Amino acid sequence: MANTAPTMARSFLQVAATEEVAPPLRVVQIEGLVVLKIIKHCKEFSPSLVTGQLLGLDVGSVLEVTNCFPFPIREEDEEIEADGANYQLEMMRCLREVNVDNNTVGWYQSMLFGCFQTVELIETFMNYQENIRRCVCIIYDPSRANQGVLALKALKLSDSFMELYRNNNFTGEKLREKNLSWVDIFEEIPIKVSNSALISAFMTGLEADTPVTQCDYDRLQLSTSPYLERNVEFLIECMDDLSIEQQKFQYYYRNLSRQQAQQQAWLQKRRSENMTRKAAGDEPLPEEDPSNPIFKPIPEPSRLDSFLITNQVANYCNQINGVSGQSFSRLYLMKALHEN
Amino acid sequence: MAGSEQKTVLQFAPSSSSTLSAKVHPLVIFNICDCYVRRPDQAERVIGTLLGSVLPDGTVDIRNSYAVPHNESSEQVALDIDYHHNLLLSHQKVNPKEVIVGWYSTGLGVTGGSALIHDFYSREVANPIHLTVDTGFRNGEGTIKAYVSVNLSLGDRPLAAQFQEVPLDLRMVEAERVGFDILKTTMVDKIPSDLEGMEVSMQRLLALIDDVYKYVDDVVEGRTAPDNDIGRFISDTVASLPKLSPPAFDKLVNDNVQDHLLLLYLSSITRTQLSLAEKLNTAAQIL
Repeated sequence: MANTAPTMARSFLQVAATEEVAPPLRVVQIEGLVVLKIIKHCKEFSPSLVTGQLLGLDVGSVLEVTNCFPFPIREEDEEIEADGANYQLEMMRCLREVNVDNNTVGWYQSMLFGCFQTVELIETFMNYQENIRRCVCIIYDPSRANQGVLALKALKLSDSFMELYRNNNFTGEKLREKNLSWVDIFEEIPIKVSNSALISAFMTGLEADTPVTQCDYDRLQLSTSPYLERNVEFLIECMDDLSIEQQKFQYYYRNLSRQQAQQQAWLQKRRSENMTRKAAGDEPLPEEDPSNPIFKPIPEPSRLDSFLITNQVANYCNQINGVSGQSFSRLYLMKALHEN
Repeated sequence: MAGSEQKTVLQFAPSSSSTLSAKVHPLVIFNICDCYVRRPDQAERVIGTLLGSVLPDGTVDIRNSYAVPHNESSEQVALDIDYHHNLLLSHQKVNPKEVIVGWYSTGLGVTGGSALIHDFYSREVANPIHLTVDTGFRNGEGTIKAYVSVNLSLGDRPLAAQFQEVPLDLRMVEAERVGFDILKTTMVDKIPSDLEGMEVSMQRLLALIDDVYKYVDDVVEGRTAPDNDIGRFISDTVASLPKLSPPAFDKLVNDNVQDHLLLLYLSSITRTQLSLAEKLNTAAQIL
């Protein structure tokens, strides 16, 4: 459109302005087009996981996502990786030519059964964050579409977590200092869906006359047990992982207390030795000996993994709750229908 | 494409196209509208390439699209062919199964320059589809039509190309899945959660049941003329409920309810455990 150029310029100015005082990101506003594109891409390749780039504008406390494009499925080969970068540039250039917002605001990815909290996600986030101050990750779960649920989520990492991650400080002490717990890693940002007036007019014209839509059929489908089963399976796996992490910590604490006991013993010995030396009129030996192996600090295991697993577990719990709630209403509905 | 080598005097409408029809993914409509909104200042219309596949039954499944910049005067059409090829390559890297099936243009019906562009796309793919989307709402509604071109020839000499309308399937199961509520309005503040969506569906179901009740009552009391077809549908629907004895049904429902309750209990216990563990982990510190 005619005023695209000024808008772009203004948005750059705004981006410049936000460098100084960045208002917190409150809402991610997605175009219906982007929703459909993400769904199409994720669904066509399900169950393999896919990613793509989000384009849009950063306006004050709203992040507008106005377009997106898919990435080809990634391969390990390095040559192909370079190819991927070319593809990205080429795509951006092409889209710019037809006046699409040419400003990366994040990426989207598909997930299965709500399993997304991984170290890779955080690493990707940190990579993006280096170049773009404000970026989000939109996560779509195609496995839930069959139940008539639009499982879209917009996520970002919390600032305090990012700071800790940069310094790679996940010891208990630091975490307590920052008062950071597992709920504070990811921030979910509310999603708004917007459509241009033109699309709205078309969809109103095209909407089927039937009062029942595919979405309703899907929602009233009675069998959710496969989904729940998988969820519980994953939950159990996560619990196992969590207990392994716990064991690591116990091991660490046991080692730590053993070391402290050794240190105490050594100190006692050195003190009594010093007493005898003093009595003999000699110089006392120093009370610290850095070369002694028992003074070497034992590295504390990182809490990041256990935090992520905890997050994952909580996520599964939420999903189970949601789906069970839905099933309850379905069951009672069926009962009422049957009685009629 | 089929009619050109036949020796009849004036030939069009090859038999193969009579069964041809097209199916449009809602994404394509969204894409076209978005491109139209973002078109360059002086441009009247936008055109672009349609991607998709031909289904085994001959239906053309249009699944994706991208705009191609072009310049148009009354005499000639300049299409950015390099751009078209570049973007095609990029799209095929992501999804090699999607090939060119035709092209689209905004506006009502076929215009003069369309034959030239169609000619270009005929070289890219045999028998391309031409989709027109009336973004100007010139006759009061957003008309979406699909055409194929048929060569009109006199003996061996091509005379003209005739655009013939083909049936277009606009039922959008995909869009229904997402929900028209989200796609229809210009702004939705929140994506409905599990339970909210369920509530809407139930309300719709109840409204439908009420409608059926009302209809049956009206027929029984002689207020409406009975319609055998509707009657059959209703009896089919009622018959589709499995016949179960009340105790068996109760058992079924109760078992299910208990299963779900157990799961809920498990997930609540897990959560409690998590919050407890967190408190302990941060509180207890051996130093």
